[in-house]
Amino acid sequence: MGFVPHTEQDVGQMLAALGLSEVEELFAEVRTALPPGDVPDIPGASELELRHHLWEMARLNGRPDQTPCFRGAGAYEHYIPAAVSSIISRGEFLTSYTPYQAEISQGTLQTMYEYQTMVCELLGMEVANASMYDGASALAEAALMAMRLTRKHRLLVAETLHPHWRQVLETYTANIAPEIVPLPASDGLLDPEQVARALDDETAAVLVQNPNAFGLIEPLREIGAHLVRHPALYIVAAYPTALGLLTSPGEAQADIAVGEGQSLGLPLSYGGPYLGLFATKLEHVRQMPGRLAGVAYDGRGRKGYVMTLQAREQHIRRERATSNICSNQMHAALAATVYLSLVGPDGFRKIAQNNFVVAHQLADRLCELPGCALAYPHPFFNEFVLNLPVPAEDIERELWDNGIISGLPLSRWWPERTHQMLFCATEVITDAACHRLVAALEEALP
Amino acid sequence: MSARTLFEKSRPGRGSNYVDDRGWTPEYLSRLPDFARRGTAPALPEVTEGEVVRHFTNLARRNWGVDVGCYPLGSCTMKYNPRLSEQIASWPEFSAAHPLRPARAAQGWLRVMYETERMLSQLCGMARFTLAPAAGAQGELCGMLMVRRYHLERGALRHTVIVPDTAHGTNPATAAQVGFRVVTCPSTADGLVNVKALRGLLNEDVAGIMLTNPNTLGLFEREIQEICDLVHQAGGLAYYDGANFNALVGRFRPGDMGFDVMHLNLHKTFSTPHGGGGPGAGPVGVSEKLEPYLPVPLVRKGAEGFEFESDRPSSIGRLNAFAGNALVVLRAYIYLRLLGRAGLREVSGAAVLAANYLQQRLLGAYEPAHPGRCMHEFVLTAAKQKAQGVRAVDIAKRLIDLGFHPPTIYFPLTVPEALMIEPTETENLETLDAFAEAMLQIAREVTENREVLHAAPQTTPVGRLDEVAAAKELNLRWRPEREGEHA
Repeated sequence: MGFVPHTEQDVGQMLAALGLSEVEELFAEVRTALPPGDVPDIPGASELELRHHLWEMARLNGRPDQTPCFRGAGAYEHYIPAAVSSIISRGEFLTSYTPYQAEISQGTLQTMYEYQTMVCELLGMEVANASMYDGASALAEAALMAMRLTRKHRLLVAETLHPHWRQVLETYTANIAPEIVPLPASDGLLDPEQVARALDDETAAVLVQNPNAFGLIEPLREIGAHLVRHPALYIVAAYPTALGLLTSPGEAQADIAVGEGQSLGLPLSYGGPYLGLFATKLEHVRQMPGRLAGVAYDGRGRKGYVMTLQAREQHIRRERATSNICSNQMHAALAATVYLSLVGPDGFRKIAQNNFVVAHQLADRLCELPGCALAYPHPFFNEFVLNLPVPAEDIERELWDNGIISGLPLSRWWPERTHQMLFCATEVITDAACHRLVAALEEALP
Repeated sequence: MSARTLFEKSRPGRGSNYVDDRGWTPEYLSRLPDFARRGTAPALPEVTEGEVVRHFTNLARRNWGVDVGCYPLGSCTMKYNPRLSEQIASWPEFSAAHPLRPARAAQGWLRVMYETERMLSQLCGMARFTLAPAAGAQGELCGMLMVRRYHLERGALRHTVIVPDTAHGTNPATAAQVGFRVVTCPSTADGLVNVKALRGLLNEDVAGIMLTNPNTLGLFEREIQEICDLVHQAGGLAYYDGANFNALVGRFRPGDMGFDVMHLNLHKTFSTPHGGGGPGAGPVGVSEKLEPYLPVPLVRKGAEGFEFESDRPSSIGRLNAFAGNALVVLRAYIYLRLLGRAGLREVSGAAVLAANYLQQRLLGAYEPAHPGRCMHEFVLTAAKQKAQGVRAVDIAKRLIDLGFHPPTIYFPLTVPEALMIEPTETENLETLDAFAEAMLQIAREVTENREVLHAAPQTTPVGRLDEVAAAKELNLRWRPEREGEHA
């Protein structure tokens, strides 16, 4: 079942052309070069047999239509129009590779160009690359880029950054060992004056996420205003869906903008593949990592698209490349491009409004429960921290027993936050699901 | 003809409605303060669903894929991607699962990850694997960060990494990104690592070597055990770039060659779709001595079932927001379970047979970079043709007109006018023969009809595009003023 089409006769013909009598002879040299040993057996299965097994495994994950999920924390379930999967499953997109041969890769290349345009529009930036692995690694690459551009090694990082993103940043910069200075949050938000005071001559960049890890809306513009006259770069991580309503990184005068593009037409997928959005100012394009499509013309003046500025990349520059990134997340970028084309500017705004309203309605209702209250009095988008009268992990367990995936107990990230839960509600959360949650939570509370 | 962009097809007021407002009142929206509001809306195209489907369907028709035809792109392993994997990956029980679900609500997912790790470890002779890396290059980053940490924990950071001159570009780029100085090891006239030269490069500052085996010339490094031994004797580690593992899968194990750390490209050997350049996945395997440094999270079997393990004090940390490209891992799991070891042996056998057969058919018309048997791919040089005014790129473009995706060209860098051909095991004999015939026809055209080679491709929507001009006059996004069309 290796999808090998060679018949016995074909194999015989090929071996004869090579003057061999069996396939094993092709490996004789390898065999003599290595110690004797065998690969442990792995049993194969027919497609039907395997499907039964996979169905068993799938059932262990529960039926998503029967288990509403009020969890965001960096991964968000949004409605995906049916046309997205229909388009992206076409074999010409799915089974192609990096468009090294432009003439027969115009589909991928033009999609890259349209994707770059849309990402620029969302983030309010001048130039975007054709995707990174995910939002977290995009942020880490942005920090590396800022350190290359400024030749400084101090990073001011918002304490309100998603803790996993912060960990990825540390992994990616391990060998440079930048000084990572936490920007303190007072009451869940950054203080622009404090950011301004923290800036110094050694600062390479300021890293801010909006909405932040508590779902709160940061004073992006005010922070940007402080940074304009300072050589340090302003790196803003955005949640794309929120950009239908909220200030774009460009409007806040960001130098580099990144984002987790999963919310643009990609399923939750247990964590991946996701999509790293990455955009900057045109003046920095040569220090930008990742693939890039641009317009080109052929000898007859016909317009097409090519991968451009490849001299930044590893296959040309090897150890002097701006990043080691090779393959990216093109198929995810295609999904995002199709998604944004389908929803359009009007739909994009409506989806953001819908999230805002659904989450606020839910927050209002949860706050009516005894002992429950918002942890912060600040504006949020579609996610909020709720203080509970009992440990959040107990609530998580009890709700799951009722077939509900609760908000995230924040003790998962900060052990001292035992009674806090981060709830999320997007447009896919129905009123009925909200009722179920409120009823189940009421039941679970003392 | 170029296809117009969606932005040019946009007309104000067009669109489709996917989400309704559920009757909420504007009162809620007034809770959003002015400081937080966006000023200018993003100028996305305004088009109907029908227009979107037609637009992308026509773009798809301007693309080549394994589903369209033979795609012998060297070092990329463009094999057939089974459809079962696509179907299962779309099941909401897998695709709609939130990454931070309680473990109790994700036992199926965790078991898929646990068993995939176990199977990859068995196939590669490694102690453990991490499934977190999102691509081969991120796998390399992960592996080299572990190499760095290994030396640090032994008290002295070493600063040099040796990379053969035939290596993939990601190897030196990764070593440099992790802060190592890259030293290039020359190849012998046979295209293998020059062991004598390697001895001269080894010293107390060498952190390790990064190797592909078979190498990018499609040749098996016969002296691999000695190479790994020498590196180990000097206190370094050996990194295996698994991009070419399709040649060996199910038969031989990098662990037995002496490697300490390696990555696999699931989108190559394990047949997950390449998607136009990703997403892939680049799991990293390690021997016992590197196990403490694996990135988090890992999956373990606990008292109450499978769970993620994130508390590992010596870990290099986290590579992604969550646990990597899970849906790609699921597809690889399906491929592994479908084929089993016997199927995988058939894969490597057929891949090597097909490459050797194709090489044999082309000898005479083209010169091999190195004579003799190859593994799963081989490299030809068009040096002879270049003397007659035809370059590798001309041959590649002419292949397009004859109905094939071209091989990888101008790589490895050590071979002038290189054509790197990897047919994979899933092309049938008729296709291999047809490709050979096309190449032989081109060889004849080099003397008989050079114009047709220089003019190629002529059957495509655009001809050869001027990349130099494109890099000078950058046009990286659509703008209404430039095109004078609808915004």
